[in-house]
Amino acid sequence: MRAYLSEWGFENDDGVGSLYTEMESWAQQQEKFMVSKLIGTNETLGAFPDQSGHFGTYGGRFVSETLMAALDELSAAYDLLQMDPAFLAELASDLEHYVGRASPLYLAERLTAESGGAQIWLKREDLNHTGAHKINNCIGQALLARHMGKPRIIAETGAGQHGVASATVAARCGRDRTVYMRGEDIERQSVAVHRGKLLGAEVVPVNSGSRTLKDALNEAMRDWVTNVDDTHYIIGTVAGPHPYPMIVRDLQSVIGREARAQFAERQGGLPDVVTACVGGGSNAMGIFHPFLEDASVRLIGVEAAGDGLQTGRHAAPLNDGIVGVLHGNRTYLMQDNAGRIAETHSVSAGLDYPGVGPEHAWLKDIARAEYVAVTDAEALEAFRQLNLLEGILPALESSHALAYASSLAREMRTDQHIIVNLSGRGDKDIPTMAKIDGISIS
Amino acid sequence: MSRLATRFTKLNGDHRKALVAYIVAGDPMPGTTVDLMHGIVEAGVDVIELGVPFTDPEAEGPVIQAAHERALRHSISLGDTLEMVREFRERDATTPVVLMGYLNPVERMGYQSFAEAAGNVGVDGLITVNLPPEEAGALTVTLDDHGVDPIYLLAPTTTELRAAKICAASRGFVYYVSLKGTTGAGGLDVDEVRSRVELLKAHTELPLMVGFGIKDGATAAPIAAVADGVVVGSAIVELMRIHEQDPVALKSAVMDCLAEIRLALNASVA
Repeated sequence: MRAYLSEWGFENDDGVGSLYTEMESWAQQQEKFMVSKLIGTNETLGAFPDQSGHFGTYGGRFVSETLMAALDELSAAYDLLQMDPAFLAELASDLEHYVGRASPLYLAERLTAESGGAQIWLKREDLNHTGAHKINNCIGQALLARHMGKPRIIAETGAGQHGVASATVAARCGRDRTVYMRGEDIERQSVAVHRGKLLGAEVVPVNSGSRTLKDALNEAMRDWVTNVDDTHYIIGTVAGPHPYPMIVRDLQSVIGREARAQFAERQGGLPDVVTACVGGGSNAMGIFHPFLEDASVRLIGVEAAGDGLQTGRHAAPLNDGIVGVLHGNRTYLMQDNAGRIAETHSVSAGLDYPGVGPEHAWLKDIARAEYVAVTDAEALEAFRQLNLLEGILPALESSHALAYASSLAREMRTDQHIIVNLSGRGDKDIPTMAKIDGISIS
Repeated sequence: MSRLATRFTKLNGDHRKALVAYIVAGDPMPGTTVDLMHGIVEAGVDVIELGVPFTDPEAEGPVIQAAHERALRHSISLGDTLEMVREFRERDATTPVVLMGYLNPVERMGYQSFAEAAGNVGVDGLITVNLPPEEAGALTVTLDDHGVDPIYLLAPTTTELRAAKICAASRGFVYYVSLKGTTGAGGLDVDEVRSRVELLKAHTELPLMVGFGIKDGATAAPIAAVADGVVVGSAIVELMRIHEQDPVALKSAVMDCLAEIRLALNASVA
């Protein structure tokens, strides 16, 4: 096969052979990680993806040929900018003065008392400008778009938060902006839709396919392939073709860096558990990444179990999915036996996605992170509980992580610590909650 | 020699341009596909591209997306598509059939199982829209073992260095996507296509097909003048929607459409 690959002229160059060499190095990597767990150090987990965008066998670049040049351009721009002190200074300044960082790390004392176990800390991404962690990524990608000279920005959105955040940064940078939102969500998140319009974005309802978040991604890809010369696509999560999973993770890692330093200052040492909800997985990857090499810290991603994992009506590919290829990367997917992508279900629009970022797939396989799932009912209960006990309105997405943290805390000692990424605020979910409660608030 | 190589050698000898037609397996109804395949061969098509229905056809425009959805309503799978090729081969042993689709159904079936089945039923090539050669190593080697040609797409955005590598990785033919956009888009620029095709010709001996934006004789002829052949997709797939309920009218409309393009191609050479 080597001869065959060399004959293509790809080997050792663009790397058709890289899948194989990386599979070998992945095995070595896994071994190294197991050893490092024993001796308590780990120096390399943070160094992925490899040159061609793979996390072990996951990730990569599975797109139509037309987009390959744009992805190369984006990779080159990012390689340059991530080492550019002027870019980093501008990003840091925007995060401080526009987004409002650092976000607080808040010890939820009444929630802790109610759970009766480990102390629960909330990383308050809900207090960011636009009300969620999504803006961390959008701010950085808007700077990238400006650097690449792209006058137009497009984005897909599920819960509306990434759409709002993208429209926000595009408005601030004077870029044209189009947001693709799934048809179903336009009803569920009508406030976000109008907010996008107030921000000068064209909000396009997506009624193709199953009219879900994945179809909004498909539509955004189709737009990008058509307008690739002048358009930058801000993917909102750590999925998509390389370099997106890496760029979004790097930009979201500010969450984990802050949380780690804040915890060390307030409490000393490291938390025992860091947990976050996982749809595509950007808020989880952002808070996990700076802790990857702290072997004593359990990293737990919480997927949406919808009506329950046994019912099949859920959005938990890491718990109940099969490896495949969708939206530019290889990862765990909800799919049927014929490889068709399954429809998903979650009460939270932002988690209602059949795939998951490839780095999560890899962290699951090498057992560096654990992935659990929480049902709609449990998330709704946590949503209500945080309102009543702490006076904080969490997003339904984040409520999944809260639900898991409360139940896990009960099994832990009172001198142990859990950090929950409170990834967004729940104003957008009030109509959904009112409907569940049988109240009309139109 | 493979069916594709045989067919293109003959076309070359006859000074005839290739007409490639794309339909989606199971569109508009599972029972119509094989009969349609025979019909389009009769109308003058040289190579059939059979689309494998997928839930997320991210490179397709609205017309072909709808075709995938129609086929999926009948739950047509990659396995069903292979069965259709087997049935087609019972009456046509020579017309090359190329499957076109997305990687996930092939991954789910398994590269080895897929390549073996495809080779057995008489599939000649595979176009995987979302699989650039960089990621195709394992699949390509397996396809090669079973005589199925990997066919890659080239785009207006492909650099020359990359185009040379993709041409070297291709078997059967090379497919040039004539515009930036999804299938069925308009705005085909013949001069642009001509200069790109001339450039690409320097990198490959393989026949060069041009697709996207070709919908009738008038759009096909000028492209055929610069390329070895054209691919027609959305124009006939749209007929599936119009005549969804009437297989007889559908077949004759599809044949008429293709016959008109065939005539225009023949005239462009004469």
